[in-house]
Amino acid sequence: MTAQTQSRVSIPTNLVAIALCAFIGLAIVGIAGHAQTSALHDAAHDTRHAAGFPCH
Amino acid sequence: MFSRILVSGLFAGFAAGLIAALLQLAFVQPILLHAELYESGQLTHFGGAKASTAAAAGGIDLVRDGLSILFTTLIYTGYALILVAAMALAEHRGVRIAVRQGLLWGLAGFVSVQFAPAVGLPPELPGSAAAEMGLRQAWWFGTVGATAAGIALIAFGKGWTARAIAAVLILAPHVIGAPHPEAFAGPVPPELAGMFAGRALGVGLVAWVLLGLFAAWFWIREGERAEDTPRTA
Repeated sequence: MTAQTQSRVSIPTNLVAIALCAFIGLAIVGIAGHAQTSALHDAAHDTRHAAGFPCH
Repeated sequence: MFSRILVSGLFAGFAAGLIAALLQLAFVQPILLHAELYESGQLTHFGGAKASTAAAAGGIDLVRDGLSILFTTLIYTGYALILVAAMALAEHRGVRIAVRQGLLWGLAGFVSVQFAPAVGLPPELPGSAAAEMGLRQAWWFGTVGATAAGIALIAFGKGWTARAIAAVLILAPHVIGAPHPEAFAGPVPPELAGMFAGRALGVGLVAWVLLGLFAAWFWIREGERAEDTPRTA
């Protein structure tokens, strides 16, 4: 990783972008699908059951 | 790269999520509403009167169904961002993505996120007896992560060591076992629960296959656009 950083500058930029997008996606799934705040839980209730997420 | 992943993910996720939401409202929601009548005690399984198999509830609830559409599209958008990021990583490592391969990516996503966890924790109806929430969430995330890593190793790894590690990763969550309640005491008929699990998985399969195809299509299209207009990151 460190060696690649020195030889090719474009690699880390791309990997940072990839990691960032994956993280945003994971955060959306985590908040919309798994966060246990009661307002979120009630609003997303049917979706969570249908998606097979643990709910209740 | 960032905007290419973001734009492809948003479009693919929204399109697949919208289709998933509509299929869900048509096929899954009526069973969920029917089960809620048992959960609330309006219907009783093994009660005085014989439980009717006819869908006792239905209709459209604008707020409730609207929220379901919103959250389903949100969740599929989240899936799409992760899926496109994985495609970007694969392409970065020299794998070429074609639209038709999106089908396989979608299937892999379905197996990781819906099918593998369902082997231990089938999609639950409201009112089902279940183990403690935190334990189930931990097992769910662990299973999804291990299965996705295992499938990635089978798809892109080389040699028997990679395949052996993949098999261990995919099997481990099921050998460990999903957390289950000490007693099954749910008020909902098992026939409804079985139908719910089957339909939830069926809708998930369709939505994920479409998500894979859409994600590949948008990813390739956004790549061609970026090539046409130089100097855009």
